[in-house]
Amino acid sequence: MTAKILIIAEHAGGRLNQSTARCLACASQISPGAGADVLVAGSQCGAVAAEAAALAGVAEVLVIDRAENSAPVAAVLAPQIAALATAYDYVLGPSTTFGKDLMPRVAALLRVGQVSDLMSVEGPRRFTRPVYAGNAIQSVEVPEGTRVIATVRTASFRPVAAGAAAPIRGVQVGAALPTHTRFIELRSGGGGERPDLQTARLVISGGRGVGSEANFRILYQLAGKMGAAVGASRAAVDAGFVPNDMQVGQTGKIIAPELYMAFGISGAIQHLTGIKDAGLIVAVNKDPEAPIFQIADIGLVGDLFQVIPELEKRIG
Amino acid sequence: MAVDVGGLSPYDWGPTIRAACFGCGKSMKKIMVCLKRVVDYNVRVRVKADGTGVVTDGVKMSINPFDEIALEEALRIRERGGAAEVVVVTIGPADCQQQLRTGLAMGADRAILVEHGTELEPLAVAGLLLKLVEKEHPDLVIVGKQAIDDDCNQTGQMLAALWDRPQATFASKLEVDGDRIRVTREVDAGLEVIEADLPAVVTTDLRLNEPRYVKLPDIMKAKKKPLEILAAGSLGAALEPSLRTTGYAPPPERQKGAMVADVDALVGALRDKGFLG
Ligand SMILES: Cc1cc2nc3c(=O)[nH]c(=O)nc-3n(C[C@H](O)[C@H](O)[C@H](O)COP(=O)(O)OP(=O)(O)OC[C@H]3O[C@@H](n4cnc5c(N)ncnc54)[C@H](O)[C@@H]3O)c2cc1C
Ligand SMILES: Nc1ncnc2c1ncn2[C@@H]1O[C@H](COP(=O)(O)O)[C@@H](O)[C@H]1O
Repeated sequence: MTAKILIIAEHAGGRLNQSTARCLACASQISPGAGADVLVAGSQCGAVAAEAAALAGVAEVLVIDRAENSAPVAAVLAPQIAALATAYDYVLGPSTTFGKDLMPRVAALLRVGQVSDLMSVEGPRRFTRPVYAGNAIQSVEVPEGTRVIATVRTASFRPVAAGAAAPIRGVQVGAALPTHTRFIELRSGGGGERPDLQTARLVISGGRGVGSEANFRILYQLAGKMGAAVGASRAAVDAGFVPNDMQVGQTGKIIAPELYMAFGISGAIQHLTGIKDAGLIVAVNKDPEAPIFQIADIGLVGDLFQVIPELEKRIG
Repeated sequence: MAVDVGGLSPYDWGPTIRAACFGCGKSMKKIMVCLKRVVDYNVRVRVKADGTGVVTDGVKMSINPFDEIALEEALRIRERGGAAEVVVVTIGPADCQQQLRTGLAMGADRAILVEHGTELEPLAVAGLLLKLVEKEHPDLVIVGKQAIDDDCNQTGQMLAALWDRPQATFASKLEVDGDRIRVTREVDAGLEVIEADLPAVVTTDLRLNEPRYVKLPDIMKAKKKPLEILAAGSLGAALEPSLRTTGYAPPPERQKGAMVADVDALVGALRDKGFLG
């Protein structure tokens, strides 16, 4: 009997988030060749369903289209997902703030534990996940007969390709939806027109060493020239140089770009946790003893205010 | 600011009364705060040679940093007159009394230790917390968004689900307005604002506040504050794990790379690797 897998799609503004394609890659490792169903819960989410249907490895796209789902409120979504989940052996969501908020609520409604931040598939029921800020890797097994609920560490899986055409089916669930939690608004952060931090090939990050909000402009300029996204350390966010959604690390975003360039970042373990899967790490810091040099592939001891303009000139 | 959010609430008294009540200062009776004892965040954690866990012998233990933030927020609400009592709770071995005493020294009124010798999964912790909630009837429960040992990020959401109450995770701002809270949440796309009816569960993010330092006289005073101990087994919650941990391994290390002397060398290296076109 093949395992039945349900993936909870993440979407916003009528677009599917790339985390869904990464969850599909994880599903294909759990049950190669079987295909997974994708649930799109939203309101007027036809375009999102179509995007999901195009992804490789999708058996069917299920759509719950209702006004209550217009914003992703976990307390509202969870009972709908729990109702559908009884027909599945696995329910996977992304380890993004969307999935982290939602999936444990689903797991608790189903009275099963959750595997958080699933980073590798060692067998259909055996997985690894990072603990202690990535200082240890835990191996966990979900016993036979227990439904697997997991959030997938998106940086650990490459997104599946698009180009397929799975069927799309509207579904209705009988779950009673609470009204005790209400979405008010979303204030989007500092990304602007730049590439998205979580999907960008190239990322340029600044830390406390950048010194001010105004100084971050030189990073944005360099990023603009390179087509890179911009990230930051917690210290830079706390100091108010940049908004919170730019934070990289244990409690910010976990990213896996091909190139990560850190300017004025010391390399605290909580920050490094967020960039371990980067292809190439470049560090520029004026302190030769900065811990980030212990893990950087290329290190340059220097003042970022001299290095960045020079870099810009050379690549311009 | 009085903002109408569209009559969705079953407890809706109509926009007029609601608007009038926004910020009317009705005080909560009780806030419950969860404190987990974890390896201090400054400790460089190492996996034991036999892979059965991480080295904890002689290692400094502390309150989970997110939980300190949770307690700080509760104390600030009480100090503003927004709540009468702050109760801190921990589930774990007898040693956890230390962290509860620290919580009392920070300013909590009372502590509860649910004693259990072995590590429990978040679902079991949430089940025990539900039992406490049914006993204590808090108006608000504040927990950390994640424990920095298991990094699960589950317990608050699970408690909210079992309790069938609202959750507001990853809070960076918490406002109490009579029977409702308005919470600003740190999400991947930026900041999300939600509103929820009390009682509710809030999980804290780092920027919610900066916890106070404990002063020496407060440590002395804390020794006299009540600390109740309950046996986990006596509460009637399901404690069986649903997952099995089979081992721990050190993470793959990234090798230290090469240092370059100047920007020219850096640009050269990046070109060699195929970046910069
Ligand atoms: C529970 C918890 C969770 C955390 N989560 C995260 C997280 O998700 N992400 C995160 O980043 N941190 C996180 N932290 C914080 C982390 O421990 C560090 O405090 C933080 O990463 C430090 O940021 P930084 O490197 O920018 O600042 P600093 O450590 O102050 O380093 C600044 C660096 O800039 C260099 N510098 C200064 N001026 C210049 C110049 N002109 N040119 C070049 N270099 C210069 C200095 O030499 C120094 O190395 C967390 C902490 C805790 C307790
Ligand atoms: N054993 C425990 N005792 C008290 N609080 C806990 C315990 N386990 C988890 N919590 C709370 O739940 C939060 C999230 O934990 P976790 O889901 O394990 O990441 C923590 O920050 C604590 O506030």
